[in-house]
Amino acid sequence: MKFKIFAVITFLLLSYALYQGMWAAPREQTMGEIQRIFYYHVPSAWTSFLCFLANFIASVVYLARRNLKADAFAVSTAEVGVVFCTVVLVTGPLWARPVWGIWWTWDARLTTTLVLWLIYVSYLILRRYSTGQATPTLAAALAIFGFLDVPIVHMSIRWWRTQHPQPVIAGGQGSGLDPHMWTAVLWNWVAFMAFAALLIWVRYRLEIVRQQLDEAHALKAVGQAEGSFTR
Amino acid sequence: MSSLAAVTASNLRKDVRLEWRSKDAVNAMLFFALLVVVIFSFAFDPTAEESRQIVGGLVWVAFLFAAIVALNQAWMRELRNQVLDACRVSPAPANALFLGKALGNFLFISVVEALLVPLFVVFYNLRSVGPAWQLVPVFLLGTWALVVVGTFFAAMSLRTRSREVMLPLILFPISIPALLGMVEATTMVLTGTEMPRFWITLLVVYDVVFTTVCLLLFETVLHAE
Repeated sequence: MKFKIFAVITFLLLSYALYQGMWAAPREQTMGEIQRIFYYHVPSAWTSFLCFLANFIASVVYLARRNLKADAFAVSTAEVGVVFCTVVLVTGPLWARPVWGIWWTWDARLTTTLVLWLIYVSYLILRRYSTGQATPTLAAALAIFGFLDVPIVHMSIRWWRTQHPQPVIAGGQGSGLDPHMWTAVLWNWVAFMAFAALLIWVRYRLEIVRQQLDEAHALKAVGQAEGSFTR
Repeated sequence: MSSLAAVTASNLRKDVRLEWRSKDAVNAMLFFALLVVVIFSFAFDPTAEESRQIVGGLVWVAFLFAAIVALNQAWMRELRNQVLDACRVSPAPANALFLGKALGNFLFISVVEALLVPLFVVFYNLRSVGPAWQLVPVFLLGTWALVVVGTFFAAMSLRTRSREVMLPLILFPISIPALLGMVEATTMVLTGTEMPRFWITLLVVYDVVFTTVCLLLFETVLHAE
């Protein structure tokens, strides 16, 4: 029941955020309508970074407490984080092509986001290929490596690219943002966070069920083995 | 602490002796890296001026691929006759096992690098514009950066299906900043633009951070069941 109420709230939030982003926010002067992708791009980026932060915390908690619920939370946040990070990486070039005239540039932010995406995809691949009871521990270790790598990646790529001219970002950022645009960004962020929380909730419940199923299978196998001994 | 050093030393001695007798890892790496050198020179066919610009990248890609060959083999040896299980139940500190293995790999890969650098010089007509001695810290720090995380991840990938495939998939993304540091520093020295002070600092930070994390987590990963 709680889940259904939350799903309805998320749907309403997403609808209102859509209205804010597509109609209520003013048209950007130089870029025109294409700038509206900003209301999806930036909130997705913030949401995915928070998901990765949650994944790191859950991984540390798992290693400290050996609590399988923390592991279920870690895998859910990583998957949802990768989904939102993918949204960022897809909407970025869609915007950049008409505005910058190029799909992609090895600029500091773009490259850092791409490396972040690569790190968490490798995390998901490790989980997929790893077998048996060791999976949560190995995944948690990799999550710690990945999270600590992010500031180093950021530092290195900023240094790498500050020596080169950067494309001019035409307006739309920082203090130059119209208050109506801010409203749209924040509403979209709230809506996307709610949506991410909803997805994590679903994925978390699925993972818990999967863990219980694994346990049941293991118990059954043990029971059969014992039965064959006594017979 | 002394027992850590002693067990590390005996682990290292064992690995070096095994490698000295079989030369499996070093031979495989040498030939593999040689092939990469030859294939790259067909693919790019650079002049002396161009090669100074690109060789920093080629060298490290060649060593990275070669290191994967050695790192994948590093722990396989311990699976035969359940050596790794014996290490798990032994009271010796787990980090000694890790450090011995990492230092061994570092030694083998450094040997391969020392043998291959002259080949790069010959095949790509290299003449460094900047002071070439600056490459020594870059190579030492860069090799350790690859080896320490690589040895740790190789131990992790032992627990997965298709382990040989797994190692590069988890190692490459994490190593990106280190690789960027090595390539940029090497190119800076070769082209003589400036002293690669920032990149050496970055490699030191990377090495310190990840060596610490490896030592903190290795026991957990070794005993993961």
